[in-house]
Amino acid sequence: MRLTYWMYAGPAHIGTLRVASSFKNVHAIMHAPLGDDYFNVMRSMLERERDFAPVTISIVDRHVLARGSREKVVENILRKDKEERPDLIILTPTCTSSILQEDLQNFANKASRISDSDVIFANIDHYRVNELQAADRTLEQVVKYYLDRSHGQETLDQSVTDVPSANIIGIFTLGFHNQHDCRELRRLLRDLDIKINQVIPEGGSVKDLINLPRAWFNLVPYREVGLMTAMYLENEFGMPYVSTTPMGAVDMAECIQQIHRNVNTLAPISSNKKVDYEPYIDGQTRFVSRAARFSRSIDCQNLTGKETVVFGDATHAASITKISIREMGIRVSCTGTYCKHDAEWFKEQIQDFCDKILITDDHTEVGDMIARVEPSAIFGTQMERHIGKRLDIPCGVISSPVHIQSFPLGYRPFLGYEGTNQIADPVYNSFALGMEDHLLDIFGGHDTKEIMTRSLSTGIGLIWDPESRRELSKIPHFVRNKVERNIEKFAQQKGIVNITTEVIYAAREVLGI
Amino acid sequence: MSAKISETLTFECETGNYHTFCPISCVSWLYQKIEDSFFLVVGTKTCGYFLQNTLGVMIFAEPRYAMAELEEGDISAQLNDYEELKRLCIRIKKDRDPNVIIWIGTCTTEIIKMDLEGMAPKLESEIGIPILVARANGLDHAFTQGEDTVLAAMAHRCLEQRLFVRERNGTIQKFPPPLEKEGEFIEYGDHPSLALFGSLPSNVASQLSPELRRQSVKVSGWLPAQRYTHLPSLGNGVYVCGINPFLSRTATTLVRRERCRLIGAPFPIGPDGTRAWIEKICPVFDIETQGLEEREKQIWESLKDYISLVHGKSVFFMGDNLLEISLARFLIRCGMIVYEIGIPYMDKRYQAAELALLRDTCIKMCVPIPRIVEKPDNYNQLRRIRELQPDLAITGMAHADPLEARGMNTKWSVEFTFAQIHGFANARNVLELVTRPLRCNDNLEDLGRTTLVK
Repeated sequence: MRLTYWMYAGPAHIGTLRVASSFKNVHAIMHAPLGDDYFNVMRSMLERERDFAPVTISIVDRHVLARGSREKVVENILRKDKEERPDLIILTPTCTSSILQEDLQNFANKASRISDSDVIFANIDHYRVNELQAADRTLEQVVKYYLDRSHGQETLDQSVTDVPSANIIGIFTLGFHNQHDCRELRRLLRDLDIKINQVIPEGGSVKDLINLPRAWFNLVPYREVGLMTAMYLENEFGMPYVSTTPMGAVDMAECIQQIHRNVNTLAPISSNKKVDYEPYIDGQTRFVSRAARFSRSIDCQNLTGKETVVFGDATHAASITKISIREMGIRVSCTGTYCKHDAEWFKEQIQDFCDKILITDDHTEVGDMIARVEPSAIFGTQMERHIGKRLDIPCGVISSPVHIQSFPLGYRPFLGYEGTNQIADPVYNSFALGMEDHLLDIFGGHDTKEIMTRSLSTGIGLIWDPESRRELSKIPHFVRNKVERNIEKFAQQKGIVNITTEVIYAAREVLGI
Repeated sequence: MSAKISETLTFECETGNYHTFCPISCVSWLYQKIEDSFFLVVGTKTCGYFLQNTLGVMIFAEPRYAMAELEEGDISAQLNDYEELKRLCIRIKKDRDPNVIIWIGTCTTEIIKMDLEGMAPKLESEIGIPILVARANGLDHAFTQGEDTVLAAMAHRCLEQRLFVRERNGTIQKFPPPLEKEGEFIEYGDHPSLALFGSLPSNVASQLSPELRRQSVKVSGWLPAQRYTHLPSLGNGVYVCGINPFLSRTATTLVRRERCRLIGAPFPIGPDGTRAWIEKICPVFDIETQGLEEREKQIWESLKDYISLVHGKSVFFMGDNLLEISLARFLIRCGMIVYEIGIPYMDKRYQAAELALLRDTCIKMCVPIPRIVEKPDNYNQLRRIRELQPDLAITGMAHADPLEARGMNTKWSVEFTFAQIHGFANARNVLELVTRPLRCNDNLEDLGRTTLVK
């Protein structure tokens, strides 16, 4: 048993439901007790969906517990088949049903023989995988189901399209800024004269999945979801994939260069011209993205060496870390991810950039780390935003899990060249603005807020006399905590219990603060 | 009485395929109500994710609840449940020092048959904190019934708990029960003690007590009280009365196990309900009510502006929190037409007086008695809503936005659970909630495009 208050990634079935409800005309039936359909609430509230979430429960109650589901699951599948006429019904286990050890696979087989819809059983293990892993698996499972079937019937058209084309894999519901990212990626591919073969799962139709192999290559923007599908397609159909996340100017260029190589490999075969994207990258970086220009502006100079902490899913945490360091000169004191299953990749991505790496899904560990580092700004999830609030450190939200305010109505991609602009804004705005910073330093701050203990860890029993408190209050508030901590550390080392102004001066002399 | 009602009211039962919150959500309001408690939900990630997503911002305010998240080793019994729970509870005791730990059993603990009830007394004596067990799981219960399971567990402790608290090796700070400020100046009738059950925010509780005080009825205690150490004394001869319609298990426990006498009354929701509630309590103590009629009239008078908005409008309850009968009764009295009352579970005995008042209200207002649909089927309900086109659908969040997009006015039913709706003074809040979508969409009328789906 684990004492938890909060989790970064949800249970496995949420991942399956996110994939299922992203496709068009796919219905998910959960084998679950009453009340487990809060996924519908999340989708309805966060995404502000106008349509009913295509998810229902085949309810597990006392009767089911006593006698097993018997025909109930099958009946519910057939009922949905009649009511909604979906292309596909995904029977989804939950943590409850997985302990019941009913043969859901068998129910799915049975129902699929009778119903007009295809029926598959989502193969996920609740005690082994989390939401993101489950989403990845389910997407692969659905794609594999349709391609293998078509392959078996020898109806699969494997000829590539005449013009360069791509599939975008991994855009789905409740994903962090996924809708905006998708639009941005479409624009990118259009600019590069690459036809979009399919986008899955969001808005995709399972009937079209058999055309996936016709694309020249696959683009997998996020680490978390889509990679398994891309690998399957590579193994099975020799389709190459590009998995560099096009986030930030540098990785943007890297991603486009990979696309470049892929297109040029196939171009001679289908008698197309070879392409050269370098001028495009150059033009976009110089003039469309304003982030490159921002990096060289005097504004950004003020950010040089400022400390920050980054935490989030593997994709966003790694990308934002790299952007902060490479493109803005910000010092990332610690970066981390809750995607423990992808720790190797994450470490490899950032090990040359950042000295401390934190792989954990325990938010108190993250909180304590932030309290120790006391950065000028945090980039993290909704949880880090709250940690920041308590410690009075500004926070930019860069990754799921998020609240409704991170589902903006306006256009806010994180990917692509517009994404570079959209990232630069919150990063810049999170730090105290340059001039304000100087003025506060010179005049000793203009706020009269009383200082309180804002640390997450408990106090260490030092006594500040009123005079020294006043002295401390002259220090600008955004560095005050840190100065306070350093003075206390200094006092502790010297064995001083009462902190007076003399101690402060002594500390500042020694520590140069 | 129930036989008589059944002649005029019709009850239907559907498939039970409806959306509601898991009963463990009761943790969210109960931990705030019972200030010295700690709720430990023994369940899986699914439970935790639900709480995290539904409780939203409350999560970050260092809540006095946590998940004991079951891992693979717990499910396959490779780990010892008792030792695991002991480890967690000792940590909770160290970090928070609560006066009671409440274990919330979930579907998973039911299925793997974890003997929480058996382990609790043993661990309780070992670590010196009372441990209550409430099986608020989705296999048996819906949404607000979670509170029912907790209060039923707590009812067992009302007798013994005072003794127990004293025993706790002096670590307990002394919190004397709050004295009634004007207590000395109030002339109460000489009547047996009356305890009320149901969790209400403290200010609502302190609005209801004076309503009874006006009639010289003294409320000797509440289940639950603001602190666990202030549970009311119950037992033979104590009268009890419920304030919420979903507390049938608690009522049964109080009657059967604690030998209390239950006053069956409508629930104090709406001025009509509040008056009827008081009018059922007073005669039990041979007290004649005074000035109630005027008081009710006064409240109705003050609601005029809202009533003019809802009068003649129709409403459809999809059903998810068991407050439906009382709310429907109040809205009918306001002049609304109720097409359907969906409700997760209908205890005709516990709600008998409320059902009778519903019937009487319908007769009085000359409207047909709405169909009451137990364990509704949301899919069928949506079809009926499409046919009936009610002016307002009171529904869960899963259906609210999609219905709005189809040009329907909706009110999120969960808000009724969290808003202050009891007593004379809060009748306005109910109408505030009910009229909000109507007022809001009135504002938007001129914009056109009321349906936003293809």
